[in-house]
Amino acid sequence: MRLPSWLLSDRAGLILLAALAVIGIVVPVLNLLVPADHPLHLTAYTVTLLGKYLCYALLAVAVDLVWGYMGILSLGHAAFFTLGGYCFGMYLMRQIGTRGVYGDPVLPDFMVFLNWKELPWYWHGFDQFWFAALMVVIVPGLLAFVFGWFAFRSRVSGVYLSIITQALTYALMLAFFRNEMGFGGNNGLTDFKDILGYPLHADSTRIALFVLSALALAGGYLVCRWLVSTRMGRVLAAIRDAEDRTRFLGYRVERVKALIFTFSAMLAGIAGALYVPQVGIINPGEFSPLNSIEAVIWVAVGGRGALVGAVVGAVLVNYAKTWLTGALPEVWLFALGGLFVAVTLFLPYGIIGLLRRREAMA
Amino acid sequence: MPVCAPACVRLKLILFLLALTLCCGSLPARASDDALRTTLLQLHDADFDSKATLIETLAALDHPRVALILNALSASQLYYQADPERIVIGTGDGAEITIEDAVSGAALGPVTKRDLERITTNNQMRSLIEDRLASLGLSSADPQQRRAAVESFLRNPDPAGAERLKARLAVETDSKIKELLTLSLALVDLSSPDAAVRTKAAEALGGQLQPEIRGQLAKAAAEDPDPATREAAQRAVSRTEFRLQLLGGAETLFFGLSLGSVLILAAIGLAVTFGVMGVINMAHGELMMIGAYTTWLVQQWLPVNWSLPVAIPLAFLVAGLMGIAIERGIIRFLYGRPLETLLATFGVSLILQQAVRSIFSPLNRSVATPDWMSGTLAFGPLELTLNRLVIVGFCIAVFALLWLALQRTRLGLEVRAVAQNRAMARAMGVRSARVDALTFGLGSGIAGVAGVALSQLTNVGPNLGQSYIVDSFMVVVFGGVGNLWGTLVAGLSLGVANKLLEPWSGAVLAKIVVLIFLILFIQKRPRGLFPQRGRAAEV
Repeated sequence: MRLPSWLLSDRAGLILLAALAVIGIVVPVLNLLVPADHPLHLTAYTVTLLGKYLCYALLAVAVDLVWGYMGILSLGHAAFFTLGGYCFGMYLMRQIGTRGVYGDPVLPDFMVFLNWKELPWYWHGFDQFWFAALMVVIVPGLLAFVFGWFAFRSRVSGVYLSIITQALTYALMLAFFRNEMGFGGNNGLTDFKDILGYPLHADSTRIALFVLSALALAGGYLVCRWLVSTRMGRVLAAIRDAEDRTRFLGYRVERVKALIFTFSAMLAGIAGALYVPQVGIINPGEFSPLNSIEAVIWVAVGGRGALVGAVVGAVLVNYAKTWLTGALPEVWLFALGGLFVAVTLFLPYGIIGLLRRREAMA
Repeated sequence: MPVCAPACVRLKLILFLLALTLCCGSLPARASDDALRTTLLQLHDADFDSKATLIETLAALDHPRVALILNALSASQLYYQADPERIVIGTGDGAEITIEDAVSGAALGPVTKRDLERITTNNQMRSLIEDRLASLGLSSADPQQRRAAVESFLRNPDPAGAERLKARLAVETDSKIKELLTLSLALVDLSSPDAAVRTKAAEALGGQLQPEIRGQLAKAAAEDPDPATREAAQRAVSRTEFRLQLLGGAETLFFGLSLGSVLILAAIGLAVTFGVMGVINMAHGELMMIGAYTTWLVQQWLPVNWSLPVAIPLAFLVAGLMGIAIERGIIRFLYGRPLETLLATFGVSLILQQAVRSIFSPLNRSVATPDWMSGTLAFGPLELTLNRLVIVGFCIAVFALLWLALQRTRLGLEVRAVAQNRAMARAMGVRSARVDALTFGLGSGIAGVAGVALSQLTNVGPNLGQSYIVDSFMVVVFGGVGNLWGTLVAGLSLGVANKLLEPWSGAVLAKIVVLIFLILFIQKRPRGLFPQRGRAAEV
């Protein structure tokens, strides 16, 4: 079997895929087969943490697709991520069944607590895995499509678009904080028990989720890489660099934008859906504008317009976050803030840009 | 002088005597202390019926202490002392009671409770006393007391007192009290046996906000036997309701205006940096936070009442200098790249937040409100809180100053020139780099001043800025970038819209609705309410 040319020429991408394949094999081995007292043993905590990074990386790839290739700085991508997470969280919630605190076979605990008598209409169907899995892409996709369709058709662009995407996620955050919305209000959805009948806290389930995340990231990367290597990808770059000219050449810019924006939102939704069972909770705080901006900074650090950069940035920044918030909690926000400033001032193309420049000079 | 002295003295004496006779002629004869004392002593041993008669007698006596004594009786503080036999007013609970003579008011010191015998009352007597006190107050020389008397009558209308009110109405000079008297009489008429009188009374009472009047009117509207009266009462009730709605509307409008002023204060600095310079400053909220913390720091050194006049210029300076530092250090390298500016200033905002958290602790600081800003101001039936009123005025002042600065000063001229056409302005000799720094400093300084205002309304903590950043961007974008008046209109209308929505949807939902409206609005008019026209709009 020959690899297609768009993949063969993408050396960084091949390295990334190889790395994903390696950790996809090594991590399960180190966690499941190496005995617990061995120094090389990976704890369940570490596996979950790595799985979380992979979900963030997928979100970063989604952000990079719209920002790096199409020039749309979305400050609301965490909204799509969180919506995907909520859709899957609803499935996990329904799986709890009678094992909740109140033991109601249909209603989740928080609804019993709020004295709700029956399930709201939008909760129906989420007891089926296939339905929830479908909703994970449909709900964020639909929101992004409607939002994007209107915004791009009326040519809202640049900082205006950034600000209204931020308003969108802010409005969603406020809405989900309300108990009346029926999504658990402040506490969100949590206390999950199992997924497809497998207990969520078992090592094997965690490993399966981890491997799934790695696969999703690899798949997401491949689709995006393929997308940007097609004619469509050229149109994206053209829109980024000279939107008016592209329009004058006869391309329906707003349609392309809406389509890619929707696709990116779906990817973010998948990332969120994989994130929730690993972390074990989803709450409205995930909608906060800060989260969306953090996703943008992952891409900026790694290097935008290079999908590998998004992955590298997401993993590096989140690793730094895990390490700093543990070791020096005071310093984390200084470091993150400094990173924003330093990257925009000195590294406009991120780490990948730095590496490429080295290569070009050598 | 000394020569005419005896004549002067004689003249004064005559005048004095004349005045005295005139006074005595116009006033009813004052009851003597003895008469009062005798009546009071009869209270002891009297049954409730005769006590009621005695209260009538007391009220008829024209003695300055009567009101006090009746009040004491109503409050169960009137006692009978057997030895020496007298009636006293006692205060205090427990075994010891401090007493004073009921008639003379002379303090008699504490006595043990056993020496005294309380003069009992019941609620029927209390209402009788209140009524009689009301009529006593009616003839008082002090307009405030007269007013209180009429108001107490309004609360507890009694047809028997109507005659006194009528008599008072004939001689009353104060127009406010006259109005109250007319109302009271109408309220009495509402229970008159004559249907025509009732109808007229109902018509007169429409639109009055006093709860007693509203209650009586509602009752008349529902159960009056005469259909014409019922109809008149119903009309009156709807008139009252209309007035209440109007009042509620005015109150909502004020709350909306005050929220709008806060939004304007938060957004107006942004209108300068974003609108005039095209720089997205995500650290704007944190500059407001710095202003608020400046206020807190000033209050650590100065008395609260003097802190604000000092804090305002200081906050302007501190935040302004911070802004200039941000512009010189970061933003000037990023002109023409708005998305990068957005990210870099967001980084600055994180650093500032954490800095405040590290220096001042993550807890909220309480900023005190000066005395002259607390309390309420009443406009007729409308009561407005003073601090919100001050903020509205402050907002107007800041807006006017900024507008003057941009329109009437040399810096303002240069700022507008650079905003319109940078290259041309530079060609004319404007040092654009300096103008950029000063403009950014001005916008940031205003953010600091807004922070001083916010410190009077909300908690001062590291997250103060974050909660306003989305709102203030919305205001600027809604109003139209580069247009101060647009910001003003947008801030006020968003504030009022928010408060109008709140009663039927709750605060959070109102905010969500406003946000969604804005998102939709930007689709329709991507350049805001008042878009810039011409070449500047193309950038």
